[in-house]
Amino acid sequence: MESLNAAKPRKRLSNSNLLFIIAGVIFVLMYLFAIINFPGSFMQFQTFFDLFNLNAPLIILTLGLSIVMIGGGIDISIGSVLGLVTMACAVLLQSAIGSVWGALLLALGIGIAFGILQGFLIAYLKIQPFIITLAGLFLAKGLLTTLHKDPINVTNSAFVSLRDFRITIPWLGTENRLGRFIPCEIRPGVIIVVVLVVLLAVLMKWTRFGRNVYAIGGNEQSARMLGINVKRTRFLTYVLCGLTAGIGGFVFLMTTGAGNVGNGSLFELKAIAASIIGGVLLNGGVGNLLGAPIGTLTLLIINELIRVSGVQSNFQAIVSGLLLYLFIVLQSVVMSLRDRRKFKITLPPWLKPPWLKLPWLRGKKKAENQG
Amino acid sequence: MRRLKAQVSHLFLPLSVLGLLIVINLIKGADYFSLTVVNGALYGNIPNILFGASELVVLSIGMALVTAASQGQDIGIGASATITSAVFVMFVLNAGEVTWLTITAGFLISCVAGLVIGAFNGILVSGFKVQPMVATLILFMGGRSIAFMIDGKLSPILANDISNQIGTVIPGVPIQTPIILTAVFIALAAVVLKTTNLRLYIESVGINPSAARLNGINPKKIIFLTFLIMGICTAVAGFIAVNKAGRHDSVNLLKFIMMDAILAVAIGGNSLSGGKFSITGSIIGAYTIEILNRTLLRLEVQTETIPAFKAVFIIILMAVASPVVREYAQKILQRVRTMGVSGTERKTGTPNDEAVTSPNTPGKEEE
Repeated sequence: MESLNAAKPRKRLSNSNLLFIIAGVIFVLMYLFAIINFPGSFMQFQTFFDLFNLNAPLIILTLGLSIVMIGGGIDISIGSVLGLVTMACAVLLQSAIGSVWGALLLALGIGIAFGILQGFLIAYLKIQPFIITLAGLFLAKGLLTTLHKDPINVTNSAFVSLRDFRITIPWLGTENRLGRFIPCEIRPGVIIVVVLVVLLAVLMKWTRFGRNVYAIGGNEQSARMLGINVKRTRFLTYVLCGLTAGIGGFVFLMTTGAGNVGNGSLFELKAIAASIIGGVLLNGGVGNLLGAPIGTLTLLIINELIRVSGVQSNFQAIVSGLLLYLFIVLQSVVMSLRDRRKFKITLPPWLKPPWLKLPWLRGKKKAENQG
Repeated sequence: MRRLKAQVSHLFLPLSVLGLLIVINLIKGADYFSLTVVNGALYGNIPNILFGASELVVLSIGMALVTAASQGQDIGIGASATITSAVFVMFVLNAGEVTWLTITAGFLISCVAGLVIGAFNGILVSGFKVQPMVATLILFMGGRSIAFMIDGKLSPILANDISNQIGTVIPGVPIQTPIILTAVFIALAAVVLKTTNLRLYIESVGINPSAARLNGINPKKIIFLTFLIMGICTAVAGFIAVNKAGRHDSVNLLKFIMMDAILAVAIGGNSLSGGKFSITGSIIGAYTIEILNRTLLRLEVQTETIPAFKAVFIIILMAVASPVVREYAQKILQRVRTMGVSGTERKTGTPNDEAVTSPNTPGKEEE
């Protein structure tokens, strides 16, 4: 084992994993900073869970967008599609024939319909993704305002019980000032997020489709030479993205319980920023799907930190912009240094954690590095 | 002559769309071109369109250059224009007495602010090799907050005669002032592009940066320069917009204009992935978008449904203009030509003809 390690001392990390590790480290540092500065609130587990509870839709959107961006495209319609889904579901639930399953089907249907429309136009007619998804944004926004203009509060009893459903963790929680124990609560949306993250990460990492997406994002020409069906793969990425937008819309409705014209506005830009922070390059071909939730959470923790410290809300936007700036510059510097081969992340053998030396993990690690 | 022909075929798409919209308007009411004189200034549909699209035209010129050189788009222009106009407004309000001199000085200072913003984006794009959309996302997120900090959250009002005149009409001049300013700006851009090698450099950088570098053009410098020009464009657009509105509203000033500007560039027949560009095309595209907005209002489409109609229009337009559909149309045209009358010389119609006259064929697929 040791001799094998010595023979190949410099195993280069793939760009995807490097950017993902940077994002992960910064997220952990940020959270530690938050805990040190505001131990009262950030030490509570509920605060951590609330990050997921309240922002599950954004994480779901970021997942879908990351897939499209790894494939070399972009989708800026997702925020508006999410808004349209919430409003359509709210209208359906308030009508006489409303049921939760019907609303779920409607949400998935709208998402997939937008995905198919945009995917067809982009992949098969070869139109620039930015323009088509911009049109999709307008279309969803127009349909949303045509459908209903005023906020709707959903009062369907089955849905309300779903909305108020919480999973409590009895052994984890905090005591309030009176000494009463309050267990942590998780919304059902978080379960959906976890399931989706696992499913999509597996899809992108270990299936043929996922590898094809990385291939067409990296170099379309060579992907075609390898016999990959570029058009179909690209089409499927947009369908997946639409699907996640639909699911995200339903989760959003489950979180807020109301359809509103302003729902999901500017979510697309937040999702793009989160994907970039999570290590996806807009050029395509580089990125790790596990980075999507990490990027979202980093963005959110910054906002949370600013809110807790009580500065003007103006600074929230400015600091988010600055954070994005730092990440972009960091990524670009790291990538260019790597290209010049002056910068290597390779741990010396004596620093390697022992579990990396286990043979079954090493094989897996190698497979990951190729991805 | 040959070059002229190439240019006309390049402009075929925007011009035909423009024609189509005008025909629709004429069908709706024959008095579309009518002009009225109110208080010595011309009013009517055409002046209103020119008036309404003035900022968009200025921004689409800059956007065409940025798109051509850096193969990406600047999505922070609305926020940047808000910042530059905030600088302008605060300078004018703090100057005390408002004269033409202070307005000019304020405009120049806002141009400097625009240059700073352009340099910020340009350094990111050219130096750090960040994709333009990502680099400008930063200002898009934070720009309006910066504008808020400059104007002190009060949305100050520009209540003086001179800015009122810049926003509407100068007495004695029959044309609204924003139209004149836009025309001057277009003329300046045309002079710069005609007298310098800028067009050649930008196009060669956009087509292949490494080939341009081997030929002695520094792509970094050219991309940086386009972002500086974009900064000036945002300053001019912000100046026009804030004088038109009469107050500086950081939240809503030029909101979502980047979508329209990118659309204008695309409708103008420019590739969004860099390379050759046509300023004329993007100017026509900008006016087309304004006409489209006003046509939809004129057809009494409800305000909330307008975005959906606009989207369907864009999708049909882009589908018709897409290379795949064009190729398909060309094939069909050829087959018709060989099967049809082979002896007589037919008038050679470009494939665009076929594609544009039947806009419903690709439209079916998405409905």
